[in-house]
Amino acid sequence: MIDFIQMIVSGVATGSTYALMGLAMVIIYKTSEVPNFAQGEMALITSYFAMMLLTTMNISVYLAFFISFAFAAILGAFLEFVILRRAKEPNVLGMIVITIGIEMVLLGFVSWKFGAEEKTMPFPIGPYDGFIVGGIYISKLDVLTLISALFFMIVLYLFFKFSKLGLAMKATQQNSVAAQIVGIKTNRIMMMTWGISSLVGATAGLLISPTVMQPFMMWDPMLKGFAAAVMGGMTSLPGAVIAAYMLGIIENLFGGYISIEFKTVVAFAIIVLVLCVKPSGLFARHYVKKV
Amino acid sequence: MANMLEVKNIETYYDLVYAIRGASFAVEEGSITAILGNNGAGKSTILKTIMGLIEDQPDKGTIEFEGVQIQHKDTDEIVRKGIAYVPEGREVFEELTVHEHLLMGAYTRKDSSMIKNDIEKVFDYFPVLKERTNQWAGTLSGGEQQMLAIGRALMLRPRLMILDEPSLGLSPLLVKDIFSIIKEINQNGTTILLVEQNANMALSISSTGLILENGRFVMKGKSKDLMEDKDVKEFYLGIKSETSAKGYQRWKRKKAWR
Repeated sequence: MIDFIQMIVSGVATGSTYALMGLAMVIIYKTSEVPNFAQGEMALITSYFAMMLLTTMNISVYLAFFISFAFAAILGAFLEFVILRRAKEPNVLGMIVITIGIEMVLLGFVSWKFGAEEKTMPFPIGPYDGFIVGGIYISKLDVLTLISALFFMIVLYLFFKFSKLGLAMKATQQNSVAAQIVGIKTNRIMMMTWGISSLVGATAGLLISPTVMQPFMMWDPMLKGFAAAVMGGMTSLPGAVIAAYMLGIIENLFGGYISIEFKTVVAFAIIVLVLCVKPSGLFARHYVKKV
Repeated sequence: MANMLEVKNIETYYDLVYAIRGASFAVEEGSITAILGNNGAGKSTILKTIMGLIEDQPDKGTIEFEGVQIQHKDTDEIVRKGIAYVPEGREVFEELTVHEHLLMGAYTRKDSSMIKNDIEKVFDYFPVLKERTNQWAGTLSGGEQQMLAIGRALMLRPRLMILDEPSLGLSPLLVKDIFSIIKEINQNGTTILLVEQNANMALSISSTGLILENGRFVMKGKSKDLMEDKDVKEFYLGIKSETSAKGYQRWKRKKAWR
């Protein structure tokens, strides 16, 4: 029984990082209908940036993280402004290919600048700091990840639901011409979206970096986060988060009871299943266009 | 009265297609001006050019709104000057509610206290929308979506309202309603520029009519006079003047517009 609960707890922990990546992807998808495959590498470069700040400069951890978050937001906005906005007559497929291109460039840049070997992040909470509650080991880092995931979910949900800017973002996604004719600066909205999304993704990156820090560290969380976003219906923030936790827990249980080798694959098997049964995602409340 | 909008000799290309071939016209303050024309004459293109929705266009010519040139400006900037646009085919946000639409219509406005008041005004014009306040626009009928698009434009408190075929796909009865509301909006102080296929309806509410063919204006006049004009009657209003005893039209009036 303890084993089972322990697995669920660690499932929730992995689910939290997926949730953060999923949220980041959903935000961009909500405004532009483009799944951003560069999300992981944007977080990667921010994590390395934070590490660089901490190791080369003598500043406090909190200040370093604050600067890194600002860096992440600016990076997202910069990529949108410099690369995606320049796309002439963009369509969704073209944009996806552009994001894959950005992903490769960033990955290459990090490997070239920092090297491909494993690094250690001077994070205030170590990966093995934890406490035991009723025989179950809980790591502090996991608790922090869980809190940040829930925090971002709630804040973003409220933002899209009640703020004027959030409403304008939704409007831009649904009909960008109509958004322009009510006076929304759609370009600026896109830029802000990329900034916010990059910031959320970077949180995931920073929280993963104490455990693993090498150029491919964001691959798995990004793909799983994307999987969770698809499962949650791609436009629903709570949907993505719930799906991310489901994936994390199922994955861990599968690894514990059935086969540890196929642990990471099981997420994608679930996606296939979900897409077969309910292609709009589990939690989407999507209006289907009349043809 | 002074001209609110003055379009001078604009030329617009869609890639290589030469769509507007030097069109000039003016909209008088407080009037309803109607642009009529066949399919593909370039009516909607003129409106899109004015709104800055076609990239890098107009190729030539100037557009002045209240004395300020607005060509080559961004759409949102043009909107902020007080021009509201109701696009062809409504273009609503499918997954926003009616209420959210009206809020978005007032996106550029800063006076949040008046917005609530204006939403009520829109509901006065279109009582149906009030019943649908919390419904997604995508679930509304075509007529309701058209009303919503006009309501959204009204929320801007525009000086000039541009409507692109408000009658598209609506039942004749609904068309009549919509047009009487457009007239009411005009009487409450908003200048209106209208593009229509339904020439009869458009001429009956407008004060000035313009006829567009192949990207050029070929005729301009008071709407009353246009309605009496022989060519307009035959080509746009569908009233035939010459029939044979058997009911065939024996000859077709040849008209070279220029």
